[in-house]
Amino acid sequence: MAVTVKTFASAGEAAGALSSDRSARYLGGGTLVMRALNEGDVSVSTIVRARDQALTRIDASGPRVTLGAGVSFARVLAERDLAFLHAPARSIGGPAVRNMGTVGGNLFAPNPYGDFTVALLALDATIAVQGSFGARDIAIEEFLQSRERQSGALVLSVSCTRPASAEAFRYRKIARIKPKGGSVITLAAHLPVSGGRIAGARIALGSMAPTQIRAKGAERALEGRSLDAATIAAAASAASEGTSPSDNALGSAWYRREIVGVHLRRLLSGQE
Amino acid sequence: MSKTPLQFRHNGRDVAIFVDGGTNLLVALRELIGDMTPKFGCGQGGCGTCSVLIDGETHLSCLTLAETIAGRSIETLDGMKQGPNLHPLQRAFADNFAAQCGYCTPGMLMAAKALLDRNPSPSRADVIEAISGNICRCTGYEPIINAILGAAGGRASA
Ligand SMILES: Cc1cc2nc3c(=O)[nH]c(=O)nc-3n(C[C@H](O)[C@H](O)[C@H](O)COP(=O)(O)OP(=O)(O)OC[C@H]3O[C@@H](n4cnc5c(N)ncnc54)[C@H](O)[C@@H]3O)c2cc1C
Ligand code: FES
Ligand code: FES
Repeated sequence: MAVTVKTFASAGEAAGALSSDRSARYLGGGTLVMRALNEGDVSVSTIVRARDQALTRIDASGPRVTLGAGVSFARVLAERDLAFLHAPARSIGGPAVRNMGTVGGNLFAPNPYGDFTVALLALDATIAVQGSFGARDIAIEEFLQSRERQSGALVLSVSCTRPASAEAFRYRKIARIKPKGGSVITLAAHLPVSGGRIAGARIALGSMAPTQIRAKGAERALEGRSLDAATIAAAASAASEGTSPSDNALGSAWYRREIVGVHLRRLLSGQE
Repeated sequence: MSKTPLQFRHNGRDVAIFVDGGTNLLVALRELIGDMTPKFGCGQGGCGTCSVLIDGETHLSCLTLAETIAGRSIETLDGMKQGPNLHPLQRAFADNFAAQCGYCTPGMLMAAKALLDRNPSPSRADVIEAISGNICRCTGYEPIINAILGAAGGRASA
């Protein structure tokens, strides 16, 4: 079925078109939208695009990093100042998918996708969106919880604070087919340390619930402690608390719950 | 439904076509330009046989909205041979038995060309990475990897 394609020069105009038409879908890299069209998804009758340069801007020079929603994973990988995001970007698809897929689109990607978003959740990212109400910033956790209702809003950019060290941010994706397979589970950990103790631990999980979630039990086990064997064991045993994974071709819900603690322990103890 | 005019460069030549809204680049190339070298395998981004280069980068034409390529430069396998001669990569594929049924070959060659254009002497790991989005059901990949490494070696010494 043919669809109407509307291309705008500014993000504001695109946001207006998106919020006024329920059947409109924004086109980022198109890796999921075009797949839906190819499969005959008739719920999409309008495609909205924006040529706005602001959507592809990267600001990575300071302690606060901002990525336009239209930045591709290949561009993240080409940016030396974004080294802390290279592991999540590299874990997505094959080279063509990384050339096409965007940071903004990843926020909407359903399981078993959305790996980059797991990293952003552990980094407490802020999402700048523009809807009929104007532009505003939303904390990523709140954004993900209301993701279904965000469909009429345009994501402009994501931003987060650069982790203090390479040690402080860790990422791991468990996949059966490497490097381009969907996630069995995905884990990211941000462990800021203050006076030898973890302060503000964030553990984020992908494929463990309908959207990416924080493992709050594991975070509590880490908070205020040093990263020793006992703390790691406590965090690992709390890893599946509050999760609600589902069965799919890559793994069963049971398997996911069984392995999440194992992989969290390996991630926290720096094991391969 | 009105059609949209679209101009872009196709293997070094300017082309102008009219597309329906939502047409993907694979359909535009095959049905509107008659370039049958990019193949349809899955239409889902999973097999890579529709791979083309857009401004030198590998993209999946089945997942590319045709309208997004206005003013850009597309390379397909159709533009690869050099006059009457095969491109060194094509020669290497033939010499190394890197094609059996040949269905994956156009996508493999485009992924390999994108790699060698950027990195003329890749490691084996680089080659494996470059073709990791392309599925081959016949060769077991080894002949393909060897062909690409061989073409790179040939280029380096040429
Ligand atoms: C073969 C293949 C392998 C893949 N492997 C992985 C993988 O390993 N890991 C992974 O995480 N993903 C994977 N993906 C999924 C996908 O490529 C990525 O999640 C990508 O980040 C999606 O971005 P996009 O720009 O292509 O999204 P699009 O298809 O353009 O859009 C996806 C959804 O997001 C919405 N959207 C996009 N941008 C915005 C915006 N700025 N504002 C509001 N809404 C927006 C769209 O309207 C649509 O609903 C894979 C896809 C394919 C085809
Ligand atoms: S046809 Fe495009 S990836 Fe399979
Ligand atoms: S040669 Fe048959 S699919 Fe690769």
